[in-house]
Amino acid sequence: MSAAENQMETQAHHEKVNYINVRTTLLSWLVTLDHKRIGILYLLTVSFFFLIGGLAASLVRMELVSPKGDLLESDTYNKMFTTHGVMMIFFFLIPSIPAVFGNFLLPLMIGARDVAFPRLNLLSWYMVAGGGLLALAALIMGGVDTGWTFYTPYSSSFAKTQVALTVVGIFIAGFGSIFTGINFLVTIHKMRAPGMTWFRLPLFVWAMYATSLIMVLGTPVVAITLLLVAVERLLGLGIFDPARGGDPILFQHLFWFYSHPAVYIMILPSMGVVSEVISAFSKRRIFAYHFVAFSSLAIAIIGFLVWGHHMFSTGQSMYLGVVFSFITFLVAVPSAIKVFNWLTTLYKGRIELTAPMMYGLGFIGLFTIGGVTGLHLAAMATNVHLTDTYFVVAHFHYVMVGGAIMGYMAALHFWWPKMTGRMYPESWAKLSAMIIFIGFNVTFMPQFILGYMGMPRRYHSYNEEWQVLNVLSTAGSSVMGLGYILPLGYLLWSLKYGKIAPQNPWNARGLEWEIVDAIPHPHNFETIPIVTQEAYDYEHWHPNKPAQQPVIVGGGKS
Amino acid sequence: MWNFPLVPPTAAEEALHISWLYWVITGMAIFFVVAVCAAALVLVVRYRASNENVNRDNPPESDMRLEMTWTLMPLVLALVIFFWAAKLYADIYTPRDDALEIIAIGKQWMWHVQHSNGVRENNELHIPVGRPIKVTVISQDVIHAFSLPAFRVKRDAVPGRYNSMVFTPTKTGKFHLLCTEYCGTKHSEMIGSVYVMEPDDYQKWLESGGKGTDSSSAPMSLEDQGKQIFTQLGCNTCHGAAGAAVRCPPLEGIYEKPIELANGQKVIADAEYMRESILNPAAKIVKGYDNLMPAYQGVASEDQIIKIIAYIKSLKDAKPAEASK
Repeated sequence: MSAAENQMETQAHHEKVNYINVRTTLLSWLVTLDHKRIGILYLLTVSFFFLIGGLAASLVRMELVSPKGDLLESDTYNKMFTTHGVMMIFFFLIPSIPAVFGNFLLPLMIGARDVAFPRLNLLSWYMVAGGGLLALAALIMGGVDTGWTFYTPYSSSFAKTQVALTVVGIFIAGFGSIFTGINFLVTIHKMRAPGMTWFRLPLFVWAMYATSLIMVLGTPVVAITLLLVAVERLLGLGIFDPARGGDPILFQHLFWFYSHPAVYIMILPSMGVVSEVISAFSKRRIFAYHFVAFSSLAIAIIGFLVWGHHMFSTGQSMYLGVVFSFITFLVAVPSAIKVFNWLTTLYKGRIELTAPMMYGLGFIGLFTIGGVTGLHLAAMATNVHLTDTYFVVAHFHYVMVGGAIMGYMAALHFWWPKMTGRMYPESWAKLSAMIIFIGFNVTFMPQFILGYMGMPRRYHSYNEEWQVLNVLSTAGSSVMGLGYILPLGYLLWSLKYGKIAPQNPWNARGLEWEIVDAIPHPHNFETIPIVTQEAYDYEHWHPNKPAQQPVIVGGGKS
Repeated sequence: MWNFPLVPPTAAEEALHISWLYWVITGMAIFFVVAVCAAALVLVVRYRASNENVNRDNPPESDMRLEMTWTLMPLVLALVIFFWAAKLYADIYTPRDDALEIIAIGKQWMWHVQHSNGVRENNELHIPVGRPIKVTVISQDVIHAFSLPAFRVKRDAVPGRYNSMVFTPTKTGKFHLLCTEYCGTKHSEMIGSVYVMEPDDYQKWLESGGKGTDSSSAPMSLEDQGKQIFTQLGCNTCHGAAGAAVRCPPLEGIYEKPIELANGQKVIADAEYMRESILNPAAKIVKGYDNLMPAYQGVASEDQIIKIIAYIKSLKDAKPAEASK
């Protein structure tokens, strides 16, 4: 409990006890209940899965340089795009921002000492990491070739690969995700510091709240659905295979009931990050706070009612399709509201183009492209032509990579000083942001054109007239790959050689910058702060002259 | 190398309509993206921290009129696109009586196409220009999708379900036929070609029994083949046998007509219903009859079922009395 009891191996410049130096054994990390340490564990875990998913993607892109399937066997190719999808979606994107930054920041932002259920929090990490290792074991034991969507009856009756092991891995990680959602919801409801009213919450917290709702309500459905696939495979029960009396379309309904909202699990946290970053580097209160906050909830709720737009060509009832299409168009509105409000936040701001800000602005541009190409897919007639082509691949990569991962990179750089106590090298970070942005566009813009021409996704070989654009796409992906390797290098470098970070390097608002130490204390706050002002009060902010303390400290017991 | 297309051929009426929709949405999309990026660029340059010669007084906090503008404007545009797209969707997925009927069966990993006069072809589809074509697709194993990018249409081939789509080719020539639903090892080899021909050429092609078939042996029509299978599988020993009407419902005159089931429910005796009643007769028993028929699951192939249904369809106007002599 008390820091004095701990052996302190502090370096000269880290005299204060912080969450990193308080204990240094490996065991102290593996049994930690500190939300910040658990956030770091997640950071290492999801980075590892990102690496595996990225390697699989690069093999896929290399195969597609030539129209003949001549680099990999077709079965190997199928396993590679499945590995890419499973790793990136279930073990990187879904846990990424919520589990890493949500864990690290949520208690700091609301003025709490930890999340509501620290032990459950640690269990969540073990489930996500364990689930990921099971999926990885399935990969080593021969791989899985169904695509990340596990469509039946292929996955349940025909595939001869490690489907069961993989879906059990996803099932376990899914429950980790549910526990995280419950934990965050309870934390936000019950553990806010005195005076931290709902409308004084940072927008990142609102985004986490909306995300947690989806995790808690949606994840059980996909977890059970995937378990049913395993049951059909192992026990031969007829659930989804029509030859056994099942219904393959039922699987798609159940799968997309979660997996469409899951897209919002990936994008909403990024939107929260972007709200923080844009505000901090414009030195401006976010424009129309209430609209930005409630649009997160609107997206989470409406997002639950659009899953049928994945199924316009399956033969679902036309009336059903019309309803799904209509609601899908509605979900475009809150997304547009967010983009316009971010832009207006820049107006009359004092804009610093730091690396996190570049990622944030990159997010706005790329997410807008991902959003407007969603219109082509929400529209039923164009959807029929474009579904299951590279157009869809390009669209969801603009949302998930251009959106979610740009937000993740923004968060990683923005809060890196708080997490590690070190500054990252700014010019390297800007360079890699530029490289990722350019490489990303070169990779995925050609895929829109390929998709409109009809090139189907998950093709191992393809028609020759599509080669030029595919080569361009692969070239772009190599550039993008370089852009992701650079941060791995300079961020690790900064741990030892980076400048020591001050408490609030960005002059940003928020408890985590203004109250919490440069590297947070194991218990976050010496005394629980009493919050007297709303978030983002930059009104009296001037360069070179820090604002008066916006938060009164004291009152709570240590 | 430098001669590569950026758009697919537009070879059907529906393709033209859907292309228009596509480009209108794309135009709107480009407008929004350019507007957002330009606004961001201008604001970032103008309000950069190092620029002190700019008015930063009274930055707005919120503005209801602005919020309403950018809430309602995208909403109205979205609704226009929604109705337009839903209309075109209904056009391609609503069956038409005047269409030429073609059936495609997907299986790992080939397309098996059946013309109504009995001509069959694999991974190829020959059709006449200028008249509506209705393609009905089904799968006999996993889900596939029958995709014709030049016509901007596709339909999932789902096991256990007949799905159809309609399009009207406007150009002759050779176009891509693709499988667009991942179906296993050779998914990307489950491809072929569509040949759109002048009506006369198509007629000749049909009468010659299709390419690769000996022209002297014109194939038996689908319904005649169905009649043969009907006997091979022993269906005729009950359905159509003398006095059988007591044990089983007559098949004459029921195609696409409403019938009443034992549980009081009314259904249309369409292809989907017949397929189910062949494979799993117990699922829907006709009122007044017992559950006697054996299940043909695993006995009758999708191909045979399609032909039997064609045969039953040919009895559409026949009288039960005639058949059971």
